[in-house]
Amino acid sequence: MTVEVRLPTLLRPAASGAAAVSVEGDTVGEVLHALVAAHPALAGQVLTEDGSLHRFVNVYLNDDDVRYLDRLDTKVVSGDVLSILPAVAGGAA
Amino acid sequence: MAEPDETSEAEASGGARLSSPEGSGTFWSRLVLPRALREELVAHCLRAWPLEGCGLLAGEAASGVAWRCYPTRNAAGSARLYTVDPLDHLRADRDAQAQGFEVIGVFHSHTHTDAYPSPTDVAQAPDPAWHYVLVSLRGELPSVRSYRILDGAVSEELLVEQA
Repeated sequence: MTVEVRLPTLLRPAASGAAAVSVEGDTVGEVLHALVAAHPALAGQVLTEDGSLHRFVNVYLNDDDVRYLDRLDTKVVSGDVLSILPAVAGGAA
Repeated sequence: MAEPDETSEAEASGGARLSSPEGSGTFWSRLVLPRALREELVAHCLRAWPLEGCGLLAGEAASGVAWRCYPTRNAAGSARLYTVDPLDHLRADRDAQAQGFEVIGVFHSHTHTDAYPSPTDVAQAPDPAWHYVLVSLRGELPSVRSYRILDGAVSEELLVEQA
């Protein structure tokens, strides 16, 4: 399956400046691992060392947050769009 | 809304001076915030009170001009913490890109403290290129200030309000 992965501005320098890249995989996890394999500078930015989703990013399959689907096991089909955005949080505490 | 004259305004503004990430000197940092957007983000924070209110600003990264304000839900639902709702973030990001803009910063309110980034804000700041706008609702009138956060170092930047 070929999926379009859209990168946030913060991560584009690690992917030669690309805003979107085409990546192969059958699940969200496979796509993200293939993304990091193709762009090693992304290592540690999207997936943690143990291979889980980094808590500082949100990943969406089309219009859904993958945390509310099957996370990294979520199936993808060709033509899907996987968007990565930074998790934005803070506060006075 | 007229486009600002970048060159003359940048020279005249005297923005906050930041050390560049490369250490190769200094650059001038500022956020240009149209008054209507300032009113929109303050109104959102007042509506969210007593919880922290939050949202995103989109515009032109190179010039530091905000053209859109996207109020978002606070997924943390807290008076002391905020989390920009991830789906609201996705929608804002798509809408901004469809209009030729990009998300250039985030705003949130501090209900009982000053408009200065907390250790939590600094630790969780995702993007050194972003503008971090703080709205303090502590005083009689809301106070709005803007910061850059580079490698854990906070620098206030010039907030240029325009009609």
